[in-house]
Amino acid sequence: MDALSIKATEDTPNINFDPSTGILEISGRSLPEDAAGFYKPVLDWLKQYATSAKASSALAMKLEYFNTASSKVILDIFNIIEKISLDKKVIWYFDKDDEDMQEAGEEFSEIVNIPFEYKTY
Amino acid sequence: MSRTTGMKYVYQLHKTMVDNSLILVYEGEFTQEITKSVLLMAERNLEYMEEESSTKKKVFNVMVECLQNICKHNDKVAEDKLWNSAVFMIAKDEEYYSIVSGNAIENTFIPSLEERLSQINSLDKEGLKNLYKDMLKNSQLSEKGGAGLGFVDIARKSGQKLEYSFEPINENSSFFCFRTKIARVNE
Repeated sequence: MDALSIKATEDTPNINFDPSTGILEISGRSLPEDAAGFYKPVLDWLKQYATSAKASSALAMKLEYFNTASSKVILDIFNIIEKISLDKKVIWYFDKDDEDMQEAGEEFSEIVNIPFEYKTY
Repeated sequence: MSRTTGMKYVYQLHKTMVDNSLILVYEGEFTQEITKSVLLMAERNLEYMEEESSTKKKVFNVMVECLQNICKHNDKVAEDKLWNSAVFMIAKDEEYYSIVSGNAIENTFIPSLEERLSQINSLDKEGLKNLYKDMLKNSQLSEKGGAGLGFVDIARKSGQKLEYSFEPINENSSFFCFRTKIARVNE
Protein backbone atom coordinates (compact mmCIF):
# COMPACT_ATOMS: atom_id res chain seq x y z
CA MET A 1 0.00 0.00 0.00
CA ASP A 2 1.30 3.47 -0.94
CA ALA A 3 1.78 6.34 1.50
CA LEU A 4 -0.73 9.18 1.35
CA SER A 5 0.64 12.67 1.24
CA ILE A 6 -1.40 15.83 0.73
CA LYS A 7 0.21 19.26 1.03
CA ALA A 8 -1.42 21.85 3.27
CA THR A 9 -3.21 24.87 1.84
CA GLU A 10 -4.45 27.98 3.64
CA ASP A 11 -7.60 26.14 4.71
CA THR A 12 -6.77 22.44 4.54
CA PRO A 13 -4.29 20.43 6.60
CA ASN A 14 -1.14 18.56 5.71
CA ILE A 15 -1.79 14.82 5.50
CA ASN A 16 1.06 12.38 5.90
CA PHE A 17 0.09 8.74 6.22
CA ASP A 18 2.89 6.18 6.17
CA PRO A 19 1.69 2.58 6.16
CA SER A 20 5.23 1.22 6.69
CA THR A 21 5.59 2.91 10.12
CA GLY A 22 1.89 3.14 11.04
CA ILE A 23 2.32 6.87 11.71
CA LEU A 24 -0.61 8.83 10.37
CA GLU A 25 -0.31 12.56 10.76
CA ILE A 26 -2.82 15.35 10.15
CA SER A 27 -1.45 18.82 10.87
CA GLY A 28 -2.24 22.49 10.34
CA ARG A 29 -5.68 23.96 9.88
CA SER A 30 -8.78 22.23 8.69
CA LEU A 31 -11.34 24.81 7.59
CA PRO A 32 -12.71 23.67 4.23
CA GLU A 33 -16.37 24.44 3.55
CA ASP A 34 -16.60 21.19 1.65
CA ALA A 35 -15.03 19.01 4.31
CA ALA A 36 -16.64 15.84 2.91
CA GLY A 37 -15.06 16.52 -0.49
CA PHE A 38 -11.61 17.25 0.89
CA TYR A 39 -11.52 14.20 3.18
CA LYS A 40 -12.98 11.70 0.69
CA PRO A 41 -9.56 10.39 -0.47
CA VAL A 42 -8.33 10.41 3.15
CA LEU A 43 -11.24 8.26 4.32
CA ASP A 44 -10.86 5.92 1.32
CA TRP A 45 -7.16 5.45 2.07
CA LEU A 46 -7.83 4.80 5.76
CA LYS A 47 -10.53 2.21 5.07
CA GLN A 48 -8.07 0.24 3.00
CA TYR A 49 -5.30 0.71 5.57
CA ALA A 50 -7.54 -0.43 8.43
CA THR A 51 -7.91 -3.89 6.91
CA SER A 52 -4.22 -4.29 6.09
CA ALA A 53 -2.36 -2.64 9.00
CA LYS A 54 0.64 -4.78 9.88
CA ALA A 55 1.84 -3.20 13.12
CA SER A 56 0.64 -0.63 15.62
CA SER A 57 -0.87 2.63 14.38
CA ALA A 58 -0.60 6.14 15.79
CA LEU A 59 -2.82 8.90 14.49
CA ALA A 60 -1.14 12.21 15.28
CA MET A 61 -3.62 15.10 15.25
CA LYS A 62 -1.74 18.40 15.25
CA LEU A 63 -4.50 20.84 14.40
CA GLU A 64 -4.32 24.54 15.00
CA TYR A 65 -7.94 25.11 13.96
CA PHE A 66 -10.77 22.98 12.68
CA ASN A 67 -14.28 24.03 11.66
CA THR A 68 -17.47 22.19 12.56
CA ALA A 69 -17.72 20.81 9.01
CA SER A 70 -14.37 19.07 9.67
CA SER A 71 -15.31 17.84 13.14
CA LYS A 72 -17.83 15.37 11.73
CA VAL A 73 -15.23 13.97 9.34
CA ILE A 74 -12.61 13.78 12.09
CA LEU A 75 -15.05 11.58 13.99
CA ASP A 76 -15.43 9.43 10.85
CA ILE A 77 -11.64 9.07 10.78
CA PHE A 78 -11.58 7.97 14.43
CA ASN A 79 -14.36 5.50 13.74
CA ILE A 80 -12.22 3.85 11.05
CA ILE A 81 -9.12 3.77 13.28
CA GLU A 82 -11.24 2.24 16.05
CA LYS A 83 -11.86 -0.82 13.86
CA ILE A 84 -8.18 -1.65 13.38
CA SER A 85 -7.66 -4.90 15.29
CA LEU A 86 -3.99 -4.25 16.15
CA ASP A 87 -2.67 -1.64 18.59
CA LYS A 88 -3.79 1.89 17.87
CA LYS A 89 -3.83 5.26 19.53
CA VAL A 90 -4.54 8.91 18.87
CA ILE A 91 -1.94 11.49 19.86
CA TRP A 92 -3.80 14.78 20.28
CA TYR A 93 -1.56 17.84 20.15
CA PHE A 94 -2.63 21.24 21.38
CA ASP A 95 -1.10 24.63 22.11
CA LYS A 96 -0.62 24.81 25.89
CA ASP A 97 -2.78 27.97 26.03
CA ASP A 98 -5.55 26.54 23.87
CA GLU A 99 -8.07 25.04 26.28
CA ASP A 100 -10.71 24.74 23.56
CA MET A 101 -8.45 22.44 21.52
CA GLN A 102 -7.60 20.36 24.59
CA GLU A 103 -11.29 20.01 25.41
CA ALA A 104 -12.11 19.10 21.81
CA GLY A 105 -9.67 16.20 22.06
CA GLU A 106 -11.14 15.04 25.35
CA GLU A 107 -14.62 15.11 23.86
CA PHE A 108 -13.62 13.02 20.87
CA SER A 109 -12.00 10.54 23.25
CA GLU A 110 -15.29 10.23 25.15
CA ILE A 111 -17.12 9.34 21.91
CA VAL A 112 -14.73 6.78 20.44
CA ASN A 113 -13.05 3.75 21.89
CA ILE A 114 -9.39 4.47 21.20
CA PRO A 115 -6.68 5.40 23.72
CA PHE A 116 -5.81 9.11 23.54
CA GLU A 117 -2.47 10.58 24.45
CA TYR A 118 -2.16 14.35 24.91
CA LYS A 119 0.84 16.44 24.02
CA THR A 120 1.32 20.19 24.13
CA TYR A 121 3.42 22.23 21.74
CA MET B 1 -23.13 72.13 -7.87
CA SER B 2 -19.95 71.56 -6.01
CA ARG B 3 -17.64 68.70 -6.76
CA THR B 4 -18.26 67.31 -3.31
CA THR B 5 -21.99 66.66 -3.76
CA GLY B 6 -22.92 63.17 -2.73
CA MET B 7 -19.67 62.61 -0.89
CA LYS B 8 -21.01 63.09 2.59
CA TYR B 9 -21.65 59.36 3.01
CA VAL B 10 -17.90 58.74 3.01
CA TYR B 11 -17.46 60.67 6.22
CA GLN B 12 -20.70 59.32 7.65
CA LEU B 13 -19.67 55.75 6.96
CA HIS B 14 -16.29 56.39 8.50
CA LYS B 15 -17.92 57.95 11.55
CA THR B 16 -20.38 55.07 11.91
CA MET B 17 -17.48 52.64 11.84
CA VAL B 18 -15.49 54.58 14.42
CA ASP B 19 -18.53 55.15 16.68
CA ASN B 20 -19.31 51.44 16.65
CA SER B 21 -15.66 50.42 17.12
CA LEU B 22 -15.74 48.48 13.85
CA ILE B 23 -12.36 47.21 12.77
CA LEU B 24 -13.50 45.36 9.67
CA VAL B 25 -16.59 45.52 7.46
CA TYR B 26 -17.29 43.49 4.36
CA GLU B 27 -20.48 43.99 2.41
CA GLY B 28 -21.27 42.12 -0.78
CA GLU B 29 -21.24 38.71 -2.33
CA PHE B 30 -20.18 35.70 -0.24
CA THR B 31 -18.63 33.03 -2.41
CA GLN B 32 -16.23 30.41 -1.06
CA GLU B 33 -13.27 32.33 -2.48
CA ILE B 34 -14.39 35.66 -1.03
CA THR B 35 -15.13 34.06 2.32
CA LYS B 36 -11.56 32.75 2.36
CA SER B 37 -10.11 36.19 1.53
CA VAL B 38 -12.16 37.98 4.19
CA LEU B 39 -11.03 35.40 6.71
CA LEU B 40 -7.36 35.83 5.86
CA MET B 41 -7.65 39.60 5.99
CA ALA B 42 -9.35 39.46 9.38
CA GLU B 43 -6.71 37.05 10.63
CA ARG B 44 -3.95 39.42 9.56
CA ASN B 45 -5.75 42.26 11.38
CA LEU B 46 -5.87 40.17 14.52
CA GLU B 47 -2.22 39.22 14.30
CA TYR B 48 -1.19 42.82 14.86
CA MET B 49 -3.28 43.22 17.99
CA GLU B 50 -1.91 42.67 21.43
CA GLU B 51 -4.26 40.02 22.60
CA GLU B 52 -4.14 36.64 24.32
CA SER B 53 -3.65 33.96 21.70
CA SER B 54 -6.62 32.04 23.14
CA THR B 55 -8.86 35.08 22.56
CA LYS B 56 -7.60 35.45 19.00
CA LYS B 57 -8.25 31.78 18.36
CA LYS B 58 -11.83 32.05 19.63
CA VAL B 59 -12.47 35.11 17.44
CA PHE B 60 -11.01 33.32 14.45
CA ASN B 61 -13.06 30.18 15.05
CA VAL B 62 -16.30 32.15 15.39
CA MET B 63 -15.49 34.09 12.21
CA VAL B 64 -15.02 30.87 10.28
CA GLU B 65 -18.37 29.47 11.37
CA CYS B 66 -20.21 32.77 10.74
CA LEU B 67 -18.74 33.27 7.29
CA GLN B 68 -19.37 29.68 6.27
CA ASN B 69 -22.93 29.92 7.56
CA ILE B 70 -23.57 32.95 5.36
CA CYS B 71 -21.87 31.36 2.38
CA LYS B 72 -23.83 28.13 2.68
CA HIS B 73 -27.21 29.74 3.05
CA ASN B 74 -26.82 32.76 0.83
CA ASP B 75 -26.63 31.15 -2.58
CA LYS B 76 -30.29 30.33 -3.10
CA VAL B 77 -31.25 32.68 -5.87
CA ALA B 78 -28.01 33.80 -7.44
CA GLU B 79 -29.79 36.14 -9.84
CA ASP B 80 -31.43 38.14 -7.10
CA LYS B 81 -29.35 40.86 -5.50
CA LEU B 82 -31.12 40.46 -2.16
CA TRP B 83 -29.81 36.91 -1.80
CA ASN B 84 -26.44 37.75 -3.14
CA SER B 85 -25.30 40.30 -0.65
CA ALA B 86 -24.66 40.07 3.04
CA VAL B 87 -22.65 41.93 5.61
CA PHE B 88 -19.91 40.77 7.94
CA MET B 89 -18.28 42.94 10.61
CA ILE B 90 -15.86 42.75 13.50
CA ALA B 91 -15.96 45.27 16.30
CA LYS B 92 -13.59 45.67 19.21
CA ASP B 93 -14.25 47.67 22.36
CA GLU B 94 -12.69 47.66 25.81
CA GLU B 95 -14.35 44.45 26.90
CA TYR B 96 -15.35 42.45 23.85
CA TYR B 97 -14.74 41.49 20.28
CA SER B 98 -18.06 41.28 18.44
CA ILE B 99 -18.50 39.24 15.31
CA VAL B 100 -21.58 40.50 13.50
CA SER B 101 -23.23 39.21 10.39
CA GLY B 102 -26.39 40.01 8.46
CA ASN B 103 -28.00 38.17 5.59
CA ALA B 104 -31.38 37.73 3.97
CA ILE B 105 -33.44 34.67 4.83
CA GLU B 106 -36.88 33.48 3.77
CA ASN B 107 -39.51 34.09 6.43
CA THR B 108 -40.52 30.43 6.36
CA PHE B 109 -37.13 29.53 7.90
CA ILE B 110 -37.44 31.95 10.80
CA PRO B 111 -39.41 29.74 13.24
CA SER B 112 -36.98 26.82 13.08
CA LEU B 113 -33.93 29.09 13.22
CA GLU B 114 -35.36 31.00 16.16
CA GLU B 115 -36.17 27.75 17.93
CA ARG B 116 -32.62 26.48 17.47
CA LEU B 117 -31.03 29.72 18.67
CA SER B 118 -33.26 30.04 21.72
CA GLN B 119 -32.61 26.38 22.61
CA ILE B 120 -28.87 27.11 22.48
CA ASN B 121 -29.32 30.24 24.62
CA SER B 122 -31.27 28.28 27.22
CA LEU B 123 -28.32 25.95 27.89
CA ASP B 124 -25.38 26.41 30.22
CA LYS B 125 -21.80 25.34 29.50
CA GLU B 126 -22.41 21.69 30.35
CA GLY B 127 -25.68 21.62 28.40
CA LEU B 128 -23.98 23.02 25.31
CA LYS B 129 -21.21 20.45 25.58
CA ASN B 130 -23.73 17.63 25.69
CA LEU B 131 -25.73 19.04 22.78
CA TYR B 132 -22.52 19.37 20.75
CA LYS B 133 -21.50 15.78 21.44
CA ASP B 134 -24.98 14.46 20.63
CA MET B 135 -25.11 16.35 17.35
CA LEU B 136 -21.61 15.25 16.44
CA LYS B 137 -22.46 11.59 17.04
CA ASN B 138 -25.88 11.58 15.45
CA SER B 139 -26.02 14.14 12.69
CA GLN B 140 -25.08 13.30 9.14
CA LEU B 141 -23.40 15.97 7.06
CA SER B 142 -26.17 17.98 5.44
CA GLU B 143 -26.15 18.25 1.65
CA LYS B 144 -24.60 21.69 1.99
CA GLY B 145 -21.67 20.22 3.86
CA GLY B 146 -22.43 21.57 7.32
CA ALA B 147 -22.94 19.37 10.31
CA GLY B 148 -25.52 21.74 11.87
CA LEU B 149 -23.03 22.26 14.65
CA GLY B 150 -22.02 25.80 13.76
CA PHE B 151 -24.25 27.76 16.13
CA VAL B 152 -23.55 25.41 19.04
CA ASP B 153 -19.82 25.73 18.48
CA ILE B 154 -20.11 29.52 18.26
CA ALA B 155 -22.02 29.63 21.56
CA ARG B 156 -19.41 27.45 23.24
CA LYS B 157 -16.45 29.47 22.01
CA SER B 158 -18.19 32.71 23.00
CA GLY B 159 -19.38 31.77 26.47
CA GLN B 160 -22.00 34.53 26.05
CA LYS B 161 -25.61 34.40 24.89
CA LEU B 162 -26.07 34.67 21.13
CA GLU B 163 -27.76 37.90 20.01
CA TYR B 164 -30.01 37.98 16.97
CA SER B 165 -32.90 39.77 15.33
CA PHE B 166 -34.96 39.56 12.17
CA GLU B 167 -35.60 42.84 10.34
CA PRO B 168 -38.42 42.66 7.77
CA ILE B 169 -37.33 43.25 4.14
CA ASN B 170 -40.62 42.45 2.41
CA GLU B 171 -43.52 40.08 2.94
CA ASN B 172 -41.44 37.00 2.10
CA SER B 173 -38.05 37.71 3.53
CA SER B 174 -36.18 39.21 6.44
CA PHE B 175 -32.66 40.30 7.27
CA PHE B 176 -31.14 38.00 9.88
CA CYS B 177 -28.75 39.93 12.16
CA PHE B 178 -26.47 37.87 14.34
CA ARG B 179 -23.89 38.93 16.91
CA THR B 180 -21.41 36.92 18.96
CA LYS B 181 -19.29 38.42 21.69
CA ILE B 182 -15.89 37.19 22.80
CA ALA B 183 -14.60 38.61 26.08
CA ARG B 184 -11.15 40.19 25.85
CA VAL B 185 -10.43 39.59 29.51
CA ASN B 186 -10.80 36.16 31.00
CA GLU B 187 -13.79 36.03 33.27
